[in-house]
Amino acid sequence: MIKIENLHKSFGKLDVLKGIHTSIKEGEVVAIIGPSGSGKSTFLRCLNLLETPTKGQIWIKDKEITTKGIDISKVRENVGMVFQHFNLFPHKTVLGNIIYAPMKVKGISKADAEKQGRELLEMVGLAAKENQYPNKLSGGQKQRVAIARALAMKPEVMLFDEPTSALDPEMVKEVLAVMKSLADSGMTMAIVTHEMGFAREVADRILFLDGGNLIEDASPEEFFSTPKSQRAQDFLEKVL
Amino acid sequence: MNLDFERIMPSIPYILEGIPITLQVVGIAAVIGFVLGILLSLMKISKLKPLNWIADFYTSIFRGTPLVLQLMLIYFGSPQLFGVQIDAFEAAFLSFGLNSAAYISEVIRGGIMAVDKGQMEAAQALGVPYKSSMLNIILPQAFKNILPALMNELITLTKESAVVTIIGLGDIMRRSYIVGGETYKFFEPILIAGLIYYVMVMILTIIGKVIEGRMRRSD
Repeated sequence: MIKIENLHKSFGKLDVLKGIHTSIKEGEVVAIIGPSGSGKSTFLRCLNLLETPTKGQIWIKDKEITTKGIDISKVRENVGMVFQHFNLFPHKTVLGNIIYAPMKVKGISKADAEKQGRELLEMVGLAAKENQYPNKLSGGQKQRVAIARALAMKPEVMLFDEPTSALDPEMVKEVLAVMKSLADSGMTMAIVTHEMGFAREVADRILFLDGGNLIEDASPEEFFSTPKSQRAQDFLEKVL
Repeated sequence: MNLDFERIMPSIPYILEGIPITLQVVGIAAVIGFVLGILLSLMKISKLKPLNWIADFYTSIFRGTPLVLQLMLIYFGSPQLFGVQIDAFEAAFLSFGLNSAAYISEVIRGGIMAVDKGQMEAAQALGVPYKSSMLNIILPQAFKNILPALMNELITLTKESAVVTIIGLGDIMRRSYIVGGETYKFFEPILIAGLIYYVMVMILTIIGKVIEGRMRRSD
């Protein structure tokens, strides 16, 4: 599904990613973990070209997205993203947030977009909130709307950038539950997270990044019980 | 204080006839200023340096010289600038519009910068092209924040339009001045002009509050 080769990203003199090689299979759920500043968010943001890689190549479904002259919007249609701070459109209602992109980008009718939008709201448990403005919602509700909004484009891959880091503790669960059901439905997912319990339970693979390098690529059982590198051991000691 | 409105009573309708002229100049200038202001603000935030320079240069010229000078340059200079003598009305809305665009572009630029950059990222991550993201997501939020500043600009424009007196356009100010000249009483007609401007500004203020209230529905 996704293949990444020798991915480098630097901001000025700062090298954030120093040559990442990996791939993500269809239907696979990959958790990306590591200390802050390790480059995990930047790595994720390269996958939908919110950051332009400095060097290296990325393929999504056998199509190289890092070639010059590619239609970036077309790539992003197929790759949904959920942000730490939700980034809902505050001037649109919940349903307005969800139907905007399908109507604008895919040109589907308002009626169809609304029908699909209501189904998605049902799925994330917020059917009653369709006419509310985002400011009236709790953090957990906002994030579930954001997930529904991303799904409305029918992406084949979903990227989650610390989706629960800005939430009050009691709201983390409801968001993780939606993500888990999404994972169970076979969605290909890449999740940057600090929720170790969730990563262990839901992820098929753990990518551990440190200092811009991919240090470990292992199954959750292997990674959490017998991490190979010293850095992963130190990290786990601190967070578990 | 002895005030004698009786002598100028017959001339009051003449002064009032200046209202539509002032309103037309301000209206057209506001549209020019707004459209050109958006364009300039987008040039200012563009990644293309030459566009930044052009827009910044434009702003520096129109902010760096007096409005009355710009008005006179366009009016008296029009044969050399455009090859024809434009009339006072055209010179008025052109110079006010071009001048206003410089100020409005700064206001809009500030408004765009104040919108959380996650908004643009969210729109782009959904595959929405830059132009639509700007138009549907960023600008509506920016306008909500800068509405008071835009209203302020419109009010300034309304009052500053009185300088067209200098090129002889028959607006409110000019007409009250003429009445003063005819009756040898300047205080009263100019007081009336002042009252008219004040009422116009109050109406604009109320309209602004109403629009603001509507835009705050999503809060």
